[in-house]
Amino acid sequence: MTSQPITEQVVYQRPEALSDVNTHYCPGCTHGVAHRLVAEVIDEMNLRDKAIGVAPVGCSVFMYNYMDFDFVVAAHGRAPAMATGIKRCLPDRFVLTYQGDGDLASIGMAEIVHAATRGENISVIFINNSNYGMTGGQMAPTTLPGQKTTSSPLGRDVEQQGFPIRVSEMLAKLDGASYIVRRSLHDPKNIRQAKKAIRTAFETQVRGLGFSMVELLSICPTNWNLTPVDSMTWLEDHMIPYYPVGDYKVHPAVAEMKI
Amino acid sequence: MPPKGRIEVKEIICKGCGLCVDACPQHVIILAEDRINAKGYHPAELSLDGCTGCGICAIICPEAAITVYRQVAPAKENQ
Amino acid sequence: MARQLMKGNEAVAEAAVRAGLHAYFGYPITPQTELLEYLSRRMPELGRAFVQAESEVAAINMVYGAACTGSRVMTSSSSPGFSLMMEGVSYMAATEIPVVMINVMRGGPGLGNISPSQADYNQSVHGGGHGDYRQIVLTPGSVQESVDLTVLAFDLAEKYRINTVILSDGSIGQMMEPCELPEMQPLRGVSTEPWAITATMGQREHRMLSSIYLKVSDEEKTNIRILNRWRQIEANEVRFKEYYLDDADFAIIGFGSAGRVALTAVRQARAEGIKVGLLRPITVAPFPVQQVAELSKRVQGILVTEMNGGQMLDDVLRIVKGNCPVEFFARLGGVVPFPDEILSEIHRIAKGPLSVDVDPRSAWLDRMAAIVN
Repeated sequence: MTSQPITEQVVYQRPEALSDVNTHYCPGCTHGVAHRLVAEVIDEMNLRDKAIGVAPVGCSVFMYNYMDFDFVVAAHGRAPAMATGIKRCLPDRFVLTYQGDGDLASIGMAEIVHAATRGENISVIFINNSNYGMTGGQMAPTTLPGQKTTSSPLGRDVEQQGFPIRVSEMLAKLDGASYIVRRSLHDPKNIRQAKKAIRTAFETQVRGLGFSMVELLSICPTNWNLTPVDSMTWLEDHMIPYYPVGDYKVHPAVAEMKI
Repeated sequence: MPPKGRIEVKEIICKGCGLCVDACPQHVIILAEDRINAKGYHPAELSLDGCTGCGICAIICPEAAITVYRQVAPAKENQ
Repeated sequence: MARQLMKGNEAVAEAAVRAGLHAYFGYPITPQTELLEYLSRRMPELGRAFVQAESEVAAINMVYGAACTGSRVMTSSSSPGFSLMMEGVSYMAATEIPVVMINVMRGGPGLGNISPSQADYNQSVHGGGHGDYRQIVLTPGSVQESVDLTVLAFDLAEKYRINTVILSDGSIGQMMEPCELPEMQPLRGVSTEPWAITATMGQREHRMLSSIYLKVSDEEKTNIRILNRWRQIEANEVRFKEYYLDDADFAIIGFGSAGRVALTAVRQARAEGIKVGLLRPITVAPFPVQQVAELSKRVQGILVTEMNGGQMLDDVLRIVKGNCPVEFFARLGGVVPFPDEILSEIHRIAKGPLSVDVDPRSAWLDRMAAIVN
């Protein structure tokens, strides 16, 4: 047997749309995973040159530092409005918002509902980690019943503080929305499915089929007072039962897309 | 024979979160307890033989710090 | 081009279209709504963007996004709607992008009423949104001036990358007058400004526009840059109109509708032989400081007249510095003064005696007790 030179193939490498810098996120934070998936899909679809991102207020306010394409930063909750302004002026550009649960489901509820109902041709990545991360772990509209946060120290009391909002289920009721799904980032299998959904969302926009949103269940180890690994388990055990992963609205035209 | 692979961890951006350590099906990744990076974290590293280059560590890594390689079987000639 | 009879709000809308308005975002509110309605027809007809937003908050943030692309964009509203827009106003000022906003003022505070007022002077001239910023504020006194200032507003906004407000009111927005519209300017393509967010198209490094400067030294530099730019604007962009001031013993200062009503009174007084003139600021920001200062050194008294509780009066007093007596007359809360009322004030002032020691607002309130009760 003659010896042959061993050749290697690259199975995975950092996407080009991700800038080559350190992020400010806490260790284990799945914002990093969500950023990476967005960048991978941008690369795969060759969208970087025509992409414009709208960063929110929250932990991901500095997203523009991590993505190698044009960015603006919105006021808290207003990313869908800002994206509307951009998309209406530059309809052939790819416009993306990236928003947390405080941003999208609390202060920005009007903006997201109306962007969806207008069928605004933008894509929204919605990070649901059941608390306000940046300000230090306060109760969010998505905080689970009984969940302790710094502003619900005895656990969310639904009698006093109401119930969590299931955003995907709610937006799916709007005729204007084309693609509304929820995915989770708690294990490799779910992360792969999340990436597929992001791809479908971005294709929805590129093909002019209207409003798309991917809700991503995410962890916040620092504010949950858990290790990253334990946070993944907590997400699976507590968040998924309340926020089931699934497709909540897939317009027939989106379902027919061949990717 | 399972495929043979390896990973390269970009130590400067690794935050030692341990998600790859937990996710690795071959249990061949550890956090390097003997050193810290510029940010003060113990970076992840391949510690044992047995990496198959499956890429699961890279899929879970929040920092996109891992590059995954897999050996390609040499062309089998005259067989 | 032929003159045509147009309603103030619609004339402003058409002027903006002809100035190359690329996108409009607004929300219905009286007495501004015709502007929105007009553009809801006109913009789609020309293949341009029109969105009736879910709120003024959303409208101003759509404007924010659109302005970041370097396109000519505009919104319009009236007083309570402008209060809601203050979030975006502050963010846009911090981001240093050109934006045109039309405020067709109505009576306030609060829900107030839908009659003409000038009570948003301080909100427009001295802030309203949070943080240190300035914006250009233009005050039309007629439909024609509304048209001309709308075109100018786009040019100034772009020249200085600054918020520019047309501070109009319910009477000018609603009145019909003959006016001449500008020539149609061609719509510009994708902006080539070195700051505009247009996607890289593979031609350049990526860009970012934001109002965040987490490093305090960067924020301080930004504040100073904004202030220095304002200094330039103060030096170059002060605009005003003077009437009968050359030989005047007394001067009236009033902007917009109040200035227009005052002009009628001044003409009547002149016919009676009273040497009174009028200074009508067109830009209340930048304010005609030098003109007011010079005036205060050569007249026997100044009458400030506004449709608010003396918001511009405070600015005038700060400039006059006791050089001459300052008097004040206002109707407010949606009440528009009659020329006769201002003529009576001219008679009173011409008769004297006047004193620099009298607090003009306090004296006016005392006189108002008889009128209002």
